Amino acid sequence: MASPTDLAVSEMDFDAVPERSLLSKLKDTARKKPLGAVSACAVIAMILLAGFANIITFYDPVQNSFDSMHVAPSVAHWFGTDQFGRDIFTRIVFGARTALFIGFSAAIMGSTAGLVLGVGSAYFGGRFDLIFQRFMDIFISFPLIIMALSVVSIFGTGTQNVIFAITIPLIPRCARVVRSSALSIREIPYVDAARALGFAHVRIIFRHMIPNVMAPYLIMLTSFLGQAILLEASLSYLGLGVQEPTAAWGLMLQGGAEEYAESAPWIPVFPGLAITASVFAFNLFGDAVRDTLDPRLRSE
Amino acid sequence: MYKYTLKRILLMFPTLLGAAVLVFFMLRLIPGDVCELRMAGSGMYVDKEAIATCQENLGINTPIYVQFIDFITGFFTFDLGNSMWTGKPILHEIGLRFELSLQVAIMATLTGILISIPLGTISAIKQDTWIDYVVRSISIAGIAMPSFWLGILIILGLLIMTQKVFGDPWMPPIHYTPIWEDPVANISQLIWPAVATGYRYSAVATRMTRSALLEVLREDYVRTARAKGLLEKLIINRHALKNSLLPVVTVIGLEFAFLMGGLVVTELVFNLNGLGKLLVESVSNHDYTMTQALVMLVAVVFIFTNLFIDILYAWLDPRIRYS
Repeated sequence: MASPTDLAVSEMDFDAVPERSLLSKLKDTARKKPLGAVSACAVIAMILLAGFANIITFYDPVQNSFDSMHVAPSVAHWFGTDQFGRDIFTRIVFGARTALFIGFSAAIMGSTAGLVLGVGSAYFGGRFDLIFQRFMDIFISFPLIIMALSVVSIFGTGTQNVIFAITIPLIPRCARVVRSSALSIREIPYVDAARALGFAHVRIIFRHMIPNVMAPYLIMLTSFLGQAILLEASLSYLGLGVQEPTAAWGLMLQGGAEEYAESAPWIPVFPGLAITASVFAFNLFGDAVRDTLDPRLRSE
Repeated sequence: MYKYTLKRILLMFPTLLGAAVLVFFMLRLIPGDVCELRMAGSGMYVDKEAIATCQENLGINTPIYVQFIDFITGFFTFDLGNSMWTGKPILHEIGLRFELSLQVAIMATLTGILISIPLGTISAIKQDTWIDYVVRSISIAGIAMPSFWLGILIILGLLIMTQKVFGDPWMPPIHYTPIWEDPVANISQLIWPAVATGYRYSAVATRMTRSALLEVLREDYVRTARAKGLLEKLIINRHALKNSLLPVVTVIGLEFAFLMGGLVVTELVFNLNGLGKLLVESVSNHDYTMTQALVMLVAVVFIFTNLFIDILYAWLDPRIRYS
């Protein structure tokens, strides 16, 4: 059913204003936010690297080859080989797959669960909200890695459990931020109107409130990406995350630093660089998303 | 002030209780029996007696409300029970390592402060110059760089440098000596993990110092000070910096609690026998009683630090004192 405004829009003469191409819009954004553009490119590059890992390199990331252990960086092995003779560049490229898979799943699941819980808490309000918020406060009083470690201690290691262990501590952090924006949405008359029309709670939450808190949700989601990747690397480094022989950056750093220094300093250097560079890119990207979506949060 | 402090202290107890409830029930979430999972998890044959002893130790056979009351009373009377792995009292195991972790935490905080306040100040004074950009990149890199990798790099650097300079590689001592026995050995062991953790934690504080100082530098009284011809150095040191440090204090205080998390990884890199390493070991050994106690300890430290910071904040800033 077309409303009066719809008609007005459709009658407007669009040819008067030439439609800007997507490319020129992108160029414009890139000029305004050079750091954001660079970080977005880095993120896209990482995704491509992870996606086309098996085309980019022809070595096997898992297969040991004991005749080429501790080979220094060369033309054949760009970043050298590790103590099992595996090509480090290959393992980093395949490690990007692990990191991105875990990072994206944990960040998306954590912030989405937080979104639903936060909006629900704000919508129902009253005693439910009060108790729920205290509960979230308690969750937040554990540092990320401690919370993740306790989840690992219950469910064990492995890729799926690591995603779970990273997701859980992220939920309350997103729920809290989303709730505070949802509280103000709750006061806007259209929510009351929706209730007066007899819509179900679920429908009001999903159709009327959640679309209006997309900005804080996306901000939290992007800021979680870097944190999740870092957390995954830490857990894997501790031996409580992704397990061998899967290629994961944190795992590649395992082993004594003293051993590396004498035989092969390139073994710990490159995976660490990969972690730092990707978290750096995701953090910059998150900052750019935050600045674009919500200028008020810029000073934070 | 007293009313505020009292209210804050009273509010702390429900949070503590909540944390205890959370930890308690999280461990009971496990499908099946903790003991069976722990002992037969690897598929080996375990005799029934060992499982029974384990259940006895954990008191799993008793009704859940009895267990809960036991746990809470144990927690408030500092009777945390025995470790499932070593069989020794948990309090004893924690006591052995507490001193080391506390010292590293304090040293790391000091390192963080020593890095962040000067860097943040310089960055604010030289806003939008190349110095500002360098400082900001350093602090963003600090957030992105895992502290365990920095630790590995520090060890690598030390080994390679000492090899080059003295012809003999030098490693920080592995065995812990208390600071009152041999300060040199103690510091030479603990300064490296403190730097690795402190650098990471300076990142947030540097950004905070910068933005807080920039805000204060735009205040009227700073303009007045400049108008009467005061030296820029005096304006910064006497007038601006002091007023801008308030939010920085909060950040540093909060970070202190989160240091516990950072230490978990750093202690492993430097092979320090501290609480963080104990937590990682107890998680991988499925030592539930120990994990439970340590996670609780972190929550307690966090809640107390928060309380302390809030009171300190109210004391430093008279405007929010009674609110």
